[in-house]
Amino acid sequence: MNLPILWFIIVAVFWTGFFVLEGFDFGVGALHRLVVRNELERRVAINAIGPTWDGNEVWLIVAGAAMFAAFPGWYATWFSALYLALVLVLVGLIVRGVSFEFRGKSDSRRWQNGWSVALTCGSIGAPLLIGVGLGDLLAGLPVGSNQEFTGSFWDLLTPFGVVFGLALLSACLLHGATFLGLKAGEPVRSQAARTARLLRWITVVLVVVASGWTFALSGKSLLSAALLALNVVAMLVAAWSISGGREGRAFAGTAVAIGSLVAGIFAGLYPDVLVSSTSAATSLTIASTASGDYALKVMTVVALVLFPVVLIYQGWTYVIFRRRVLLPPDGATAPSRATS
Amino acid sequence: MHGVSQLDLARLQFATTSIYHFLFVPVTIGLGLLVAVLHTRWYRTGNADYRRLTRFFGGLMLLSVAVGVVTGLVQEFQFGMDWSLYSRYVGDVFGAPLAMEGLAAFFLESTFIGLWVFGWRVLPRGVHLASAWAVAIGACLSAMFILAANSWMQNPTGYALDQTTGAPQLNSITDLFTNQIFVWAYVHVILASLVYGGAVLLATSAWHLRRGSDVPLFHRTAKLGVWLVLVATLLQFRVGGQLGQAITVRQPMKVAAMEAQWTTCQPCSFSLIQIGGYNQDETPIKILEIPHLLSLLATGTWDGQVQGMSELNTQYNAQYPQNGAMEYQPNVFIQYWAMRAMAYVAGLVVLIGMWGAFLLWRRKLDSSGVFLRVATWAVIAPFIMGTAGWVLTENGRQPWIVQGLMLTRDGLSSSVSATEVAISLAVFIVLYGVIGVTALVLMLRHIHRGPEPDDAGLVDADQAERASALVY
Repeated sequence: MNLPILWFIIVAVFWTGFFVLEGFDFGVGALHRLVVRNELERRVAINAIGPTWDGNEVWLIVAGAAMFAAFPGWYATWFSALYLALVLVLVGLIVRGVSFEFRGKSDSRRWQNGWSVALTCGSIGAPLLIGVGLGDLLAGLPVGSNQEFTGSFWDLLTPFGVVFGLALLSACLLHGATFLGLKAGEPVRSQAARTARLLRWITVVLVVVASGWTFALSGKSLLSAALLALNVVAMLVAAWSISGGREGRAFAGTAVAIGSLVAGIFAGLYPDVLVSSTSAATSLTIASTASGDYALKVMTVVALVLFPVVLIYQGWTYVIFRRRVLLPPDGATAPSRATS
Repeated sequence: MHGVSQLDLARLQFATTSIYHFLFVPVTIGLGLLVAVLHTRWYRTGNADYRRLTRFFGGLMLLSVAVGVVTGLVQEFQFGMDWSLYSRYVGDVFGAPLAMEGLAAFFLESTFIGLWVFGWRVLPRGVHLASAWAVAIGACLSAMFILAANSWMQNPTGYALDQTTGAPQLNSITDLFTNQIFVWAYVHVILASLVYGGAVLLATSAWHLRRGSDVPLFHRTAKLGVWLVLVATLLQFRVGGQLGQAITVRQPMKVAAMEAQWTTCQPCSFSLIQIGGYNQDETPIKILEIPHLLSLLATGTWDGQVQGMSELNTQYNAQYPQNGAMEYQPNVFIQYWAMRAMAYVAGLVVLIGMWGAFLLWRRKLDSSGVFLRVATWAVIAPFIMGTAGWVLTENGRQPWIVQGLMLTRDGLSSSVSATEVAISLAVFIVLYGVIGVTALVLMLRHIHRGPEPDDAGLVDADQAERASALVY
């Protein structure tokens, strides 16, 4: 296997991993006001993702940096094309990121609600808009012969991109609900299960449509077909497990569904990386955007050494924090100031 | 948007967001190391005072981390968003340290910060301590990779130009990390971070000492703060000097502009202040010139030669005909005063540090109201020095985006309009303003409340563990 293809796979793995992990963080952030009845339950929901959301978000940073390093042209064209959309994504990620740290710092109801709303909006906006951007890669954007984007903001709203963004958002919501079912104590646990039951069929429809459309736009390779099949099966398993109250299987189902949905984009793109709607000749490809052999070799060594270590310690944090987050016992409800 | 170009706005946006980001980064690095040290002392001595201090300064660090991390996202996205021609051109070399930064540093820092924050009653004590160090090491590592990338923009090494595309291609990763600009800049930034951390430690402790609250506790941290600020700043004069000399060889224009030196000189004097000099005026009035000092600073020798900007301009115009006739000096006024702001404030910090050391020696630190008041306000000093230092470094690189390889004006995104950049700039200014003020208010409130009482022996373990799982 040549190195550019290996790095295309690595980039795909980081984007996929990002949504499998941060997907439930987005979902919990978006739903944390809906699935609960009071401030304490809200805190249970937020703290269920508390120890791990920050590490999960690094997958996005590394996905972006890996694109920059391995496919500078892809990173440059895509990021500049999505300009205003990415400004909104950044606003979402910023208000969401600081809200974890800020919202518990005051007992004022308005303060807590304000940051809760910020957390909700950021957690909805970011996956929706990133989803549209990912969809655009495959739907096609106007690109000139110098690899630069030639369109405007409205060109970003491709029908497929919009559907893909909505599907990704709904998948994140359901993923968040199944995560809470697995991770939160009562009563948040059963309230999350109720929310999951509410969301499951609309999510199945959106995700399967997006996944099928991805396949239709793709080169219809065996891998694309397999990802489509996996996606449909995982989505259905998730929906049925939610009905049957099987929390572990439901979460596994939404995880595989969201992963196969995102991976489908990259399988569909290959060997392109960004389809040009101007002409096939100006599409960006793995070959036309890849960095040189030496740079890729160095990064391959670094990634081979570090990535397994990262997986081990990140996986280990989930083992450490495997216990359900319970409602605090009476009399111990004050947030601990020093580290809250 | 008449008169304001996409170039101006994109530069302004990058400058604003980077300077803002770097208000929080060195605090995170400095406090990260200090919190790890305090945590280590608690681990070793079992003294509950250190546990209280660890949690107290840890809380401050976490506020800084929260803002630093989210504004770091903007930095990474901004290369592609605003500077797509630059990103496409340099990604082969410049992208590698960024990717390594994510893999080696950000994962470490972000994963272990969760473990540290939520680990108080969950992790074995040794593992919990190791988490504190993993966070600090992750922060130091991230500074290393991003400085390697930045130093490559100042002094490109370890590459060859591709024969078909003309773009630089990495051919030696070791050259990237042995770049003399990088080596000294990294030491410079880590020491600067210790000054930030020390100053925050000292200011916080001084504030509490003045009010007589928790005196035995804050006497220790004030002492640590005084020594750290004094020693790290003194070392900076040496390290900054080494960095300066490395720059003289590789970016002579940056150094000449720093002294507003238009004509070549030997030996060269250093002026304490100048009058005039804006709009690239070549005849500012320099006051109080110290003979030989510029020669010493720039070359490390008594009679060293410093090339003037006029001569360098002639040389660069001959060397880079592809750019057309142009001037290669940065904004000289900014360069001149940024250098002096950094150096003069550093001098002031050393004086304050010596004052504090003297009071410690005479055992009068806790009762000297004037010093404690000054030490509280001195927390502003590192922020001025750090910002001025970066202005000096980045303004001094202009008009290049990569010294000798690409001009800043050639690196923009051709698909992005000035209006779009104006929108994003406005959005970031408002958002950063709100978040910055909020973080500052929360930090001050955290400081004023002081360390919480020790609760290590709290009630029954199950209740305590349940409560500690609800950090946010």
